[in-house]
Amino acid sequence: MQNPRVKLPEKAKAGDVIQVKTLISHVMETGQRKDADGKTIPRKIINAFSAKFAGQEVFSAELFPGISANPYLSFYFKVPGPGEFEFTWVEDGGAQVVQKEKLNVVA
Amino acid sequence: MTQIDSPSALNRRQFAVTGAAAAALALLPALPALAQQQPEAKPWEELVKKILGDAKPVEGKLTIDMAEIAENGNTVPFTVGVDNPMTDKDYVKAIHLISSANPRPEVAVFRFTPATGVAKAESRMRLVSTQDVIAIAELSDGKFLMVRRPVKVTVGGCGG
Repeated sequence: MQNPRVKLPEKAKAGDVIQVKTLISHVMETGQRKDADGKTIPRKIINAFSAKFAGQEVFSAELFPGISANPYLSFYFKVPGPGEFEFTWVEDGGAQVVQKEKLNVVA
Repeated sequence: MTQIDSPSALNRRQFAVTGAAAAALALLPALPALAQQQPEAKPWEELVKKILGDAKPVEGKLTIDMAEIAENGNTVPFTVGVDNPMTDKDYVKAIHLISSANPRPEVAVFRFTPATGVAKAESRMRLVSTQDVIAIAELSDGKFLMVRRPVKVTVGGCGG
């Protein structure tokens, strides 16, 4: 679980609905595959994602093995004013990656 | 991405809407039958039942936008969305995405708040074979929307 990438518009105005795009590198091991010895490779996926803005959760997702490797997630957001996003990805076992991104709000 | 409306994009959307209507009609009679003991109920049908409880889903407003033919089942892009206001009093709480033929029926649950402005999310899913993808939206007033659409898969994902 590495290299989280977030794409926000270069600038936004209060009241705009913007698209937020996120991507992270992860194999999303389903737990269905077998290795060369015929042993099942244990499941290891990112099972949760959340996006906070100015400290408040605005969007979240529960993910299952049916989501592709290197999960791409995108959602929309109505800009209330200036603030910072905080994105969190959670892996099976509890490891987390947190990424913060300021939203450039112009008048 | 979805702002650009090419004629083919429009057709896809119309297709999704008519598909939704047909799917809802086809599914409604099936639901009461599921409520009785039916040991051979498929995992995705059990999941749908679990999400809906006693509620009866209605058609419309909820769309799944994805290719009719997915060449690579390992990564099939999709957009789910509900054409519904997002106010504190009336908003879409969640959209559940379900696969009818994958080893596990759950694909994702997206949870929205009125702060999102639009109830729409995009991601990429695995599809092991040609099958139906089902979406269920949960509204703040307790109502449910449901749509089901077929996807042909040329090379399946999830394999190993």
